Amino acid sequence: MNVHIPELSLVVLIGPSGSGKTTFAHRHFKPTEVLSSDTYRGFVSDDENNQEATKDAFETLRFVAAKRLARGLLTVVDATNVQPESRKAFVELAREYHVLPVALVLDVPERTCIERNQQRPDRAASFRFVKNQVSQLHRSMRGLEREGFRHLHVLKPDVIDRVVLERQPLWCNLKHERGPFDIIGDIHGCREELEALLTKLGYQVRPRADGAPGFDVRPPEGRKAVFLGDLVDRGPDIPGVLRLVMDMVEAGTALCVPGNHEMKLLRKLRGGKVNVSHGMAQTLEQLEKEPPEFHQRVAKFIDDLVSHYVLDDGRLVVAHAGLKESMQGRGSGRVRTFALYGETTGETDEYGFPVRFNWAAEYRGRAAVVYGHQAVLEAEWVNNTLCVDTGCVYGGQLTALRYPEKELVSVPARRVYCEPVKPLGAPAPSGLSAQQQADDVLDLEDVRGKRVISTRLAAHVTLREENTTAALEAMSRFAIDPRWLIYLPPTMSPSETSTLPGFLEHPQQAFDYYRKEGVAQVVCEEKHMGSRAVVVIARDADATRRRFGVTTGETGVCYTRTGRRFFTDEALEAAFLARVRAALDASGFWEELKTDWACLDCELMPWSLKAQELLRDPYAAVGAASRAALTDVVAVLGQATARGLQLGELSARFTDKASQVQRYVEAYRRYCWPVTSLDDVRLAPFHLLATEGAAHVDKDHVWHMETLARVCRAAPSFLVATPYRVVALEDADAVAGGVRWWEELTARGGEGMVVKPFGFAVRGKKGVVQPAIKSRGPEYLRIIYGPEYTTPANLDRLRQRGLGTKRSLAMREFALGVEGLERFTKKESLRRVHECVFGVLALESEPVDPRL
Amino acid sequence: MLLTLSTTHTPATDLGYLLHKNPERPQSFELSFGLAHVFYPEATASRTTAALLLEVDPVALVRGRPSSGGPGGPLEQYVNDRPYVASSFMSVALSRVFGTALSGRSKDRPELAGQPIPLSARLSVLPCRGGEAFLRRLFEPLGYTVTATRHALDETVPAWGDSRYFTVTLEGRVRLGDLLSHLYVLIPVLDDDKHYWVGDEEVEKLVRHGEGWLAAHPEREQIARRYLRHRHSLAREALERLAGDEAPEPEERQEARNAEEAVLESRLSLNEQRLQTVMSVLQEHGAARVVDLGCGEGKLVRALLKDRRFTEIVGMDVSHRTLEIAQDRLGIERMSDLQRQRVKLLHGSLLYRDQRLTGFDAATVIEVLEHLDMPRLEAFERVLFEHTRPGLIVLTTPNSEYNVRFTSLPAGTFRHRDHRFEWTRAEFEAWAARMCERFGYSARFLPVGENDPEVGAPTQMAVFTR
Repeated sequence: MNVHIPELSLVVLIGPSGSGKTTFAHRHFKPTEVLSSDTYRGFVSDDENNQEATKDAFETLRFVAAKRLARGLLTVVDATNVQPESRKAFVELAREYHVLPVALVLDVPERTCIERNQQRPDRAASFRFVKNQVSQLHRSMRGLEREGFRHLHVLKPDVIDRVVLERQPLWCNLKHERGPFDIIGDIHGCREELEALLTKLGYQVRPRADGAPGFDVRPPEGRKAVFLGDLVDRGPDIPGVLRLVMDMVEAGTALCVPGNHEMKLLRKLRGGKVNVSHGMAQTLEQLEKEPPEFHQRVAKFIDDLVSHYVLDDGRLVVAHAGLKESMQGRGSGRVRTFALYGETTGETDEYGFPVRFNWAAEYRGRAAVVYGHQAVLEAEWVNNTLCVDTGCVYGGQLTALRYPEKELVSVPARRVYCEPVKPLGAPAPSGLSAQQQADDVLDLEDVRGKRVISTRLAAHVTLREENTTAALEAMSRFAIDPRWLIYLPPTMSPSETSTLPGFLEHPQQAFDYYRKEGVAQVVCEEKHMGSRAVVVIARDADATRRRFGVTTGETGVCYTRTGRRFFTDEALEAAFLARVRAALDASGFWEELKTDWACLDCELMPWSLKAQELLRDPYAAVGAASRAALTDVVAVLGQATARGLQLGELSARFTDKASQVQRYVEAYRRYCWPVTSLDDVRLAPFHLLATEGAAHVDKDHVWHMETLARVCRAAPSFLVATPYRVVALEDADAVAGGVRWWEELTARGGEGMVVKPFGFAVRGKKGVVQPAIKSRGPEYLRIIYGPEYTTPANLDRLRQRGLGTKRSLAMREFALGVEGLERFTKKESLRRVHECVFGVLALESEPVDPRL
Repeated sequence: MLLTLSTTHTPATDLGYLLHKNPERPQSFELSFGLAHVFYPEATASRTTAALLLEVDPVALVRGRPSSGGPGGPLEQYVNDRPYVASSFMSVALSRVFGTALSGRSKDRPELAGQPIPLSARLSVLPCRGGEAFLRRLFEPLGYTVTATRHALDETVPAWGDSRYFTVTLEGRVRLGDLLSHLYVLIPVLDDDKHYWVGDEEVEKLVRHGEGWLAAHPEREQIARRYLRHRHSLAREALERLAGDEAPEPEERQEARNAEEAVLESRLSLNEQRLQTVMSVLQEHGAARVVDLGCGEGKLVRALLKDRRFTEIVGMDVSHRTLEIAQDRLGIERMSDLQRQRVKLLHGSLLYRDQRLTGFDAATVIEVLEHLDMPRLEAFERVLFEHTRPGLIVLTTPNSEYNVRFTSLPAGTFRHRDHRFEWTRAEFEAWAARMCERFGYSARFLPVGENDPEVGAPTQMAVFTR
């Protein structure tokens, strides 16, 4: 005997002690699916028979059941459940999680139960006890359906052993349908526009060949239309629309979910009493001309419609009025109500309409939700949800979303068929998009605690709670407005420690690293002697508002690697940005990249601009102390040697120290030049991270270098094009040339170079490779590892350094940085972008050797 | 790193006997932080100079340390002045290399050791916190002629000015043991740092090496405090032991204490008045469930706890460290269950909306606003007035007009380094009016602290109600 149960349900086993529930449960369900009251009595009291622990046991059981149902897992309650009040709790639980409660009754004769109990001396329920349970069960049997068990199976002893349980997918589960789809918003009888839209989408719409009223629609290869309901009422050809949609659904070329107008029509067609309003008069008038069979067909069609569909492996949900994540793929009266009408706050607006709760603003689900119901001026994504009802019947447009392309295709209404009672959503006075308005305030729940962020480059990046805690403070107290903060650069690892005499770092190790990872070509870029700066700049105030949602009058920002404003002086920052913008204007950048904003990764020089304090102390201080001391020491040693003392080795050591500290002083002095105005500042952009519609992580570094060099040429005294070399790693001469270039750079006092794989984000043998490796010059390293680090005894010890943590951080921060940019360019919500930037800041609070 | 000791006592080469180091034989000693070398750049009967040269291992300073979390401070850095300056390393070397001389004894010239002779000591680089004046106040009372040359931070960048390093020469007729004791104690005092943890045994060392001179030294307070790394209880103990029990507390010290108290009191009273005004506003409105946004170390939370009418008290702050201090100060762990149920501390931010903060009768935002960057005020406003949205909001911020009354505050500066702005009464009231208009509140304003007829009260308060 086959028994069907919904794949997601709360199965309540009902039967007295000894009826065989546990045996039955183990035969038909996974052990983890079965929550047995006995087991939970044991959990809370060490005794499975302890009736006194029943209350605690059931509380715990319900808690676990709730967690499972929230995760969408079928759950079985193995308890006697012979009393209505114990069942009621489970029906309520099922409803809370929008799953179907299923009752499976094991209707076993009293005698059998008693006998079985007598065979279990360890937990024999008393004779009276069992009798009592059996009579309670029989008394409640007839009321089970009324209690809320729509799925009810009473199993007699003869079938219990022969039952085959079949789990059935829910009607709304069409995850196997992967599209592509064309999802069409509220039509309201606008048949001409519907035909025009379908044609524009590439569907061939023809009258039926057999001459009967109706349509023969050929979709473009593999595509399917999805209608979001509200086909009827208000418009000029409601039967025509119904016919077209029904024909397509029957032909399997379309899916359709019901709208609130269909449900009302269904009640009317079924003879119910409804208030003929909101355009229903048109429907009734037009249907009057149709034969009764058509009425029956329409009623049957509407009745069969499923509240919503989950499509494309769970990535897409369609429903007339949208659907919250907790309701997707589930079935309950409340799910259906939400899908048809949305959620209201209980208040009414000035037009007398119920105020709708803006569920989309709160939406955090992974599935894209496409819906209609509420006419809007323009279809706009908000938190991965999209309303495509653009008010065709009110003289707006009929709009379709092409999925997965996410393109909007519209046709204008031929005319206004119905005057809207309240105007279609006017654009916000601030001029901000729907997403920007929804984004205005970030939510702590989106950043705090332990977090796991999915990124394209590294499957998951985990942030520890102590790091997000630290980041919250840094972000709140020091960082710039999150709307500007779309990116934070990753930390950069040095090359593996060199074994060449006199060197701690050398480009050879950087080349070796990339060669080992299977990278054929690298780009070597001169490492600038400044501070990391990210410049986010818009072409004008209009672009700022549109793209960043910032309306304060700022049109750009320059910030540090920890998200702090680089210039504390507003006027100075404005003047700085004006220079950058002038260069972008003059070089034709905006036109070339087809953008009106840009995000640039740069180095801002001199270093002393930001690091003045650091330069004075410890750098200059140590320089002053060491030079004064060693000058004296060398003199005193000279005096002693002159009078014949044998101090050869000591003198040599200290003379060497004196020369090392002199070189140290020269090294830090290169980072200071006096800045009296912006004329003394230089900016070297080296990554063009993103422009409208594109995070340029798919371009190679030569593209970045050359594109930016063109901009730099427009302001040669302000912008610095980064010198670079391409090195083919299999070509020994090229590699030697790369090393030579580094030697030249560092001999001139340069900081060194940064070696990057030719592409921006490159996969190697073990996933994405380091985005960049720095090889710092030996003189520069004096200000990192101390003036005397090159003394062989010191160098040997300093070579013992671990790069593992640094490398791992660099990788994770890179993945997060790129992810944030990609989300931003895809116009995802602020919280999704902020999550990534916040993540980089959190990782930066991880302790790591600061000298790396 | 370099100390030279010279004498013109005849025969000057006797310095070798006093130091127990042969002028003709350079010697090296291994110490925990590196090597100490002793040699004589000159050794004639008329003038002899001994050099104590320290070769501090800069890598071991960072690497050899058992735990990097200890009280190491700047020693964690490779770029560090420690190898080049006279510091507590020099004191350690003096006691290890010249231990006998330091204790005032000499095997071969015992009477010379007890006799003042013309001596000079030259420290190549001595860090002096407190500058030349302090340097002189330390050595001149001990009878030295002090010559000090200050070093520029970098002669190529004159704008940076001077460093804290001096080349110092001390000259005087003094016993060698005393000179060495003075150096032993006063080098780390001038440097104001120690390379090791200061514990009780440091008191012993100070008492031993300060014997006979420190008790009468006019800077003894400062010397003891700095020598013992500002651990006040240790400093007091050392001074008491040096001075004996009956010594009266010096008068100037008493005065200084009173002044400190006055400053403290005036600060306390403004703070106290602020808390009292907040409390009375909350009580007046019958608020029982209160969230203190930006609770800091929990002063208001503590005050609220004392009044049983406040049944639920939540303190929220962005600094996790501060919350730990608050947790500790409030003694939440030690509270009775009944008390503990009333109070909760949350880590959060005023720039993120937070479900945990909704549903309270009142929110207090005491001296917090001015710590937010102006461009982020918008987010704060929406979090507070739109999302948290309590029936009552009590908000205080400094009144910048009053700053002219703080004589010690330079014009145009804020009261606290972390303040991002400070508002006049007109600015604050205009802002509050905008909030009322936008979010449907009404506001009244209260002065907190002495209400100056011209510039108003030091603190301004707005009470928002819905």
